Amino acid sequence: MAQLRNKYQDLLIEPTRTTTQREKGVLLILAAILIWGIFAYIHQLRNGLGVSGMNRPVYWGLYIVNFVFFIGLAHSGTFISAILRLVGAEWRVPLARAAEAITIFALPFGAGSILIDMGRIDRIGNTILYGRFMSPILWDITAVTLYMFSSIIFFYLSLLPDIAIMRDTLPENAPRWRRVFYTRLALGWQHSPEKYRRLEKVLGSMAIFMSMLVITVHTVVSFIFSMMLQPGWHTAILGPFFLVGAVYSGSAATIMLMAALRWKFKLEQVLPFKYFNYMRKLLIALALAWSYFMGVEFLTAIYGNEPEEMSVVFSKLYGDFSLIFWTMVLACFFIPLAILLTKGKKSVAWLVGAAVIINIGMWLERYIVIVPSEAFPRIGYELNQGFYFPSFVEISITAACFAGMALLYMIFTKLFPMIPIWETAQHVPGLPHGFTGYDDDENLSLVGDD
Amino acid sequence: MTRWGMVIDLDKCVACQGCTVACRMENNTPIVSPEQSEMGRSILWNEVFPIEEHAEFAAEDTNATFIPRPCMHCDNPPCIKVCPVEATFKSDETGGQVLQRYDRCIGCRFCTLACPYGVRYFNWHEPQWSPEIALHLNPNSEVEPRPKGIVEKCTFCIQRLHEALELAEEEGRNFRPEDYQPACVQTCTGKARFFGDLDNPDSTVSQLAGSRRAFRLLEELGTNPKVIYLKEG
Repeated sequence: MAQLRNKYQDLLIEPTRTTTQREKGVLLILAAILIWGIFAYIHQLRNGLGVSGMNRPVYWGLYIVNFVFFIGLAHSGTFISAILRLVGAEWRVPLARAAEAITIFALPFGAGSILIDMGRIDRIGNTILYGRFMSPILWDITAVTLYMFSSIIFFYLSLLPDIAIMRDTLPENAPRWRRVFYTRLALGWQHSPEKYRRLEKVLGSMAIFMSMLVITVHTVVSFIFSMMLQPGWHTAILGPFFLVGAVYSGSAATIMLMAALRWKFKLEQVLPFKYFNYMRKLLIALALAWSYFMGVEFLTAIYGNEPEEMSVVFSKLYGDFSLIFWTMVLACFFIPLAILLTKGKKSVAWLVGAAVIINIGMWLERYIVIVPSEAFPRIGYELNQGFYFPSFVEISITAACFAGMALLYMIFTKLFPMIPIWETAQHVPGLPHGFTGYDDDENLSLVGDD
Repeated sequence: MTRWGMVIDLDKCVACQGCTVACRMENNTPIVSPEQSEMGRSILWNEVFPIEEHAEFAAEDTNATFIPRPCMHCDNPPCIKVCPVEATFKSDETGGQVLQRYDRCIGCRFCTLACPYGVRYFNWHEPQWSPEIALHLNPNSEVEPRPKGIVEKCTFCIQRLHEALELAEEEGRNFRPEDYQPACVQTCTGKARFFGDLDNPDSTVSQLAGSRRAFRLLEELGTNPKVIYLKEG
């Protein structure tokens, strides 16, 4: 029986073998920020949501912005692992796990942000006891929960053979808990042709379901806004716009993590520049799609010229929110596009720069979609006092969400190989051919750029 | 069926805000500090707002226009659709008031955003009163102070309807619509407010609702408010 063979196996497992002092330091700092955020939340629980900067009419603030942002961040993982699998784009293979891990670790903080925002978390059970499906919040709970559990299963399945490899290659002196950990998680996986054939089949069919889910979920997230009559929210474009933004920020985050893994774990051989180049092209397409939705949304609102809509539009273009708005436009479109079309063609560092800017921009975009519409409600003349500035508690909890996500991600990289070993193997038992992505000419992927 | 409704004659309103105060004392809404109020966190179920929207049409020395705003108790309320736990509902058995179940609300504040009239108030803090006012809270258990973290709103003083029904039964007579009056109507200095059954064609409110001066706030949204205004002039 032919064995699973991947010439880079040792390179990919190496990062999980040791944890340096510096890595421990970073983990500690992240844990400290997370604990700080937990204290901030306890403070909020005891004193009420009054400790936030939220008010009337801005009833929803940073927590809801974070909710939309984190759920969005999660989307690129599924996009890369499911949609690109369906269309047969082989270049997704080395990136899929790094991207999907974002999904797994961003979702809890997205869902958690909604819980943090609730006035009475002790009554969360009421959503099940008295749950009412006419409310978009119930749609959200259903969609996000389903998405979270499906993603975990999809991710775990594709991880199984690698867990078995980790189990089989564990050195003699490895701590006992690691042996138990991998043995339990591997579920007795053996590298037999039949198992690989079945796994491919399951992943292939589940990819169809996941692709539908990824499109539905962020549209449903947008429904909590677009179903309401608030000016600026009540538009059908919000769903697709949220979705494109989600994949955009998630893909940018994928580039950031690919670069970090490549630099930290010296993975240049398995993550050559051509994979960054694929992501670069994807980002260009998404930047253009994003600007298209943006343009359509504003043109429709401005041409219609309804007073309530216009007060929101004006506040963005040159009113209270203009600074955030124009920073967002620069950071989501002009700056990254300029980088992606020039310096980014050759340099990972520039691509990472663009990716960071895109994510800052996308966070601001979530803010600019949510807050101005609240600050300028329909019956504005009586509630025109609305402005919002987040409090220290909200900022602490936001920082903790980001730190928590990074912490979980980092712990994960210390336990599992971040490039799928079995999917990038030159030979997999039971499958017609192995991964060919490392064989071809380095320059091949650049054709079409010049 | 009974449909309780209110008519507010803006010609008679003197903008004294007596309704706001009477509502507070009747319904035990908490008092917030000036800083909190500045942030927009005051809880006044019945507010009186100055209208500035049409300032460009006004001559310099014209009088300001004010609009008192209780809950509209819409026949088609956008707030109840969005509640994930059915904490808010239209109480058709008692005449169509939009009410809030304080013991069920999870504090997600979806309804506060869905209401286009801004009539829903969130308890940002545990409620508090200065000691003098605390002595005079309404002892009725139906208006017990609400805890922090939930939404509250105008109920058309539903507790007064319950009291009136009980009293009628004790006295062994039929309930009369005049027995039920919200605190803001009772207190109104200019006698600008009228309250009654909109489904009864002989009631004052339904007669006034047919007036050519009658209008409702944001009528174009299809919410069908049961609070009707009579235009100034």
